[in-house]
This record gives sequence, structure tokens and C-alpha cells, in this order.
Amino acid sequence: MPVWQAMYDEVGSDNFLIIAVAQESRGAETAREFIDEAKPSYLCLIDESHQVADLYNMVNVPNAVWIDEFGKIVRPSETAGSHDAFRSMNRQDFSQTDEALDLAARAQMTYMDAVKDWAINGATAENAYDVDATKRNIQLPSESTSLAHANFRLGVHLRLNGKEQEGDKFLATSIALHPDSWNMFRQAMNLREIGEVMGLAADQDFFDRVDALGEKRYYPAPNIKGFPSEAGYEPKI
Amino acid sequence: MITVIHEHKTLDVDARIKDNDLWLSSKDIEQKLGWAMKPEGLCQDEQCIPYPSDSEGDCLENGYLNVSKFWDLMGKPILHDEMKETWLLGAGHKERAEKLASLDAPDFSLPDLDGELHSLSDYRGKRIFLTTWSSW
Repeated sequence: MPVWQAMYDEVGSDNFLIIAVAQESRGAETAREFIDEAKPSYLCLIDESHQVADLYNMVNVPNAVWIDEFGKIVRPSETAGSHDAFRSMNRQDFSQTDEALDLAARAQMTYMDAVKDWAINGATAENAYDVDATKRNIQLPSESTSLAHANFRLGVHLRLNGKEQEGDKFLATSIALHPDSWNMFRQAMNLREIGEVMGLAADQDFFDRVDALGEKRYYPAPNIKGFPSEAGYEPKI
Repeated sequence: MITVIHEHKTLDVDARIKDNDLWLSSKDIEQKLGWAMKPEGLCQDEQCIPYPSDSEGDCLENGYLNVSKFWDLMGKPILHDEMKETWLLGAGHKERAEKLASLDAPDFSLPDLDGELHSLSDYRGKRIFLTTWSSW
């Protein structure tokens, strides 16, 4: 959030807006402390049913889309500058080496510079896509993806309305139907109060799942010039 | 009372459950779901889904429409809880994919921390960096 605010301060709000949507099934009260602390001047919205992930076929946070002044998507959903360097972290205390932190910071800065360039220069920005490139890079949802979102939404609703066990069944179905969605997997963990101590829904199950990716990225690198190509972790074999 | 979740809205509806099918009053279909029941079928925007001709009695009865049947016909997911008290009328992957492939940014309305609703389309004319985050 601080990096988004810094960019927003630099670019200004005349022709540009950041909309940060919390994928937060526990609702506004859970998001409030983070927003109060960051004191953003951009728009923060609360999305209990992960509607934005459903509409834009997003699978993780932070995922971002660039939308031009005519309401057209000019960069489809992709990782908003996060990096897999976190996979080398100490899994007891979540600490990271300076090297990993540097790599993650470099990745984020490269991505945010690209957003800033586009925010100022629009279609002539170095990393702006034309229509063909946008269409080539857009990932469309499959039948099982849409069915997963339906199961997820019903599962969340049942869970928040006193039917925890039944809700969990629909959530489990959504995760099985859409294994690429870390949003569904981790929100479901969060609803089951896994990871409350560290504040992150990241237990052994989570790391086992991340390790099972092998060389596949948890945060696929955005196609941005200069974005670090290093993996930042040793794949588990 | 039956609850229907439709397009991310949670609605209390006038419904009847028959076997495994959800039937909604024509009034609720029009006022709450936003579909119009016309002679040619169930319509929204430019799209009309004809009533199945051989079995009209099976899908229209005393002012109630078999919504399950129509959702199946449209290839959209319809789910319910064990007690059949809560129903989810989902979106089909074709409509989601077609919308995205058009590159028109799908619109949505979501609340800020104070509960005030904002639509993406309210901010047309600006470049928008739409990003997600979470506490988890």
C-alpha cells in the first residue's frame, strides 16, 4: 500500500486513479485496520464475495489490471509486482534474507515504475500493450473456473450465516475446481482461522502447496521490461 | 424464506421449491433478477431464452417460472444448500470470457469502508490501476 500511495502522490489524480479492492470475505471491519494505517488517498473498496477476481479472472493478490480512460483493458490481470523470493523464507518466523528482500523490492519497484510511466504517458508508455498484445496476454475463464466462483460464493455465504460445515464443503469444491486460485484457497484458510497467530493464512499445507509448484511461479512474472528474471528460491524436488 | 444470491447480490425472494428446482414469481424475476418475462421467452438486454416449446407447462405455472431449468438452458451454474433455503444463480463461463475478450473492463459496484457504493464506470475518463489485496 505505501508503494501505491507514493506512486499516486507522484502521478496525481487529474487523469489517474488507483482502485485497491480488498478480497476480504470477512468484510470491511477486517480490512479497516490496514486501510486506517495506510491512510490512502486513492479509492479503497471492500469485496466480500471476490467479485473482482471473478470478473477479471484473477487468481492471487496482488493482481492488477490497467484500464484506460475509455474503459478498455490495456493490460490484463497479472501479478502486481510481487516476486517468488518469499519462497525462500524461514517458515517458522517468516523471516527473509536481505538478498530475498532486495530482489522482492527490485521487482516491485520495476513494476510500479511501469505503472507510473503508463499513468503519465498512456498508450505511448514503454510497457503499454496494444489491442493485439492485450488479447494475446488475456487469460479467459474456463467452465470449471466459473463453477468454482459459484461454489466459492455460496460457501462464503453459508459460512458467514451459521452453516460453517456446509459452507466448507462448497469452499473445498471451489478449490478443487480451480486449483490455480490462491485467493480461494487462502481465503478459505482464513475463514477457518488458520494462520491467525502470524496474521497470514500460511501453514504447512500452504507451503506444501507452494513447494509442489516446483519451477512454476506462485507469482508469475509480469511481462515488464527489466523485471527480475531470477527465481529467488530453490525449487523443492 | 428463500435466499437467492445472484450477480453478487443477496436477495430474499418469493419462491417455491419443487423437487430440486427453484421456481420464482414473475414479479421477483423482473424486479429482483432483472430479467423480463416476454411472450418470446425470458429476456435480458438483447438476449431472449425461449420457453421450451414442448414443455411450457413444466416451466411456467401460476405466475412462477422454473428458474433452475432456465439456468441449465443457459449453461450457467445453479447451486443450493442441503435445506434448499439458499440458492446461488451463477454466471456462465461463456459470458465471463466473452466480456473479457471484448476488452471492455467489466463494471462492478462495491462499498468503501463507510458503505458507500462506487462503480468502476463512475471513474470513466481516468486511467485506472485496478489492484487487489487482502489481509490474509
